[in-house]
Amino acid sequence: MNMREYIDSGILELYVFGLLTEAENNEVKEMADKHPEVQEEILSIEKAVINLSYSIAPHLSAENYQKIRNILIEKHSGVIPLEPRKKSMSPYIGWAAAAVLLLGIGFQYNQYNKAQDEVQAVSAERTKFQSMLADLQVKKTEDEKALAIVRDKYSTVIQLAGQQVAPDAYAKVYVNSNKKEIYVDMAGLPEPPEGKVYQIWALKLDPLTPTSIGVIDNKNANNGILKVENYDQAQAFGITLEPAGGSATPTLEQLYTLGKV
Amino acid sequence: MTQEELLQQIYKKDGKAFTTLYDMYSKSLYGVIFTLLKDKEESEDILQEVFVKIWKNIDSYNESKGRFYTWILNIARNSSIDRLRSKGHNNSLKNLSSDNFVHILDYNTSATNKIDAIGIKEFIKKLKPKCIRLIDLLFFKGYTQQEASDELEIPLGTVKTQNRNCISELRTILQVQ
Repeated sequence: MNMREYIDSGILELYVFGLLTEAENNEVKEMADKHPEVQEEILSIEKAVINLSYSIAPHLSAENYQKIRNILIEKHSGVIPLEPRKKSMSPYIGWAAAAVLLLGIGFQYNQYNKAQDEVQAVSAERTKFQSMLADLQVKKTEDEKALAIVRDKYSTVIQLAGQQVAPDAYAKVYVNSNKKEIYVDMAGLPEPPEGKVYQIWALKLDPLTPTSIGVIDNKNANNGILKVENYDQAQAFGITLEPAGGSATPTLEQLYTLGKV
Repeated sequence: MTQEELLQQIYKKDGKAFTTLYDMYSKSLYGVIFTLLKDKEESEDILQEVFVKIWKNIDSYNESKGRFYTWILNIARNSSIDRLRSKGHNNSLKNLSSDNFVHILDYNTSATNKIDAIGIKEFIKKLKPKCIRLIDLLFFKGYTQQEASDELEIPLGTVKTQNRNCISELRTILQVQ
């Protein structure tokens, strides 16, 4: 028999789940003894379902471990089980007192466990909030940076309009003549397809000479406002879609947006 | 630890054996029991009962009956279903198939677990809904192929392979190769 087919039939899963007849069980056991790959598959299936059921189980307090341990070790370990003792009247009061005390201890323990659970929950919450706060701070810094670029006195804005391949697309280029910095706002461009990136070109018009000033791997970084290389005296800017890594010259059929200074 | 090594230890029935057994399987079994009973206290009670049964009957287990885990899984499922029957949870028994192991994450009321539950939901969400139902019926609730086929209205002949595909998907998610 082909082992792959045997494994793929799904019988091993049912074996681990305990859904086979005794005869089928024996057959699987025999196969597993003969073929290590069958045995390994059984172990992996078992591991997966143990993992799954483990992870969906509610919190199991340490108290349970101790309780079950006591029952098993004290009552069920020896060969001779302990017989219940004969009762007489005299120790009743003592037992009653003990019971009250136990209840008290049990109650305290319960309270303690609850408090422990709460502490755990609160500290988990705190960690979550801390990381949320950190994320927000990063986001805020990004926002501020973007705003500063847009607002800067020396920034001029060049609107890039959508071209034939993407009439609805648009972009903006901010040229800061003072700081000699150029930023591109990519928010109006569609998500690039898998394996493609946007490339930014500075253009001189006569004769038409494109120069690459940046390849954008993640157009959504920094709120979509991204710094590219500075290029003095550009007369126009264009954005094309290029294979990952960018191209030496722009693929003009994939010209998304274009704008004159 | 292999099953053989584990069994060698458990046969001794000492404290160390218990700890090993408990550490390896208690949460998994508790997850199965809780999926069926949906009540923490009652599930803890059954878990205790299951461990007593394992402990008392360990000598009757042998490998020709299947994996050790399968043996204790069966004890856990059967004890839970017995409890549902004896307590006259007739509705629960009838509605056994309507709730699955993902729904029970919502029943987990303790705050600690809620946070875990969010993370777990994230990974379980990657499973197809069909797979969740199939794994729920066959693994957690011990339905036969016939019962699962009736319940989910899928051809009997495909239950086994569909389940295989679902477990493979689960293994990819859990990275158990």
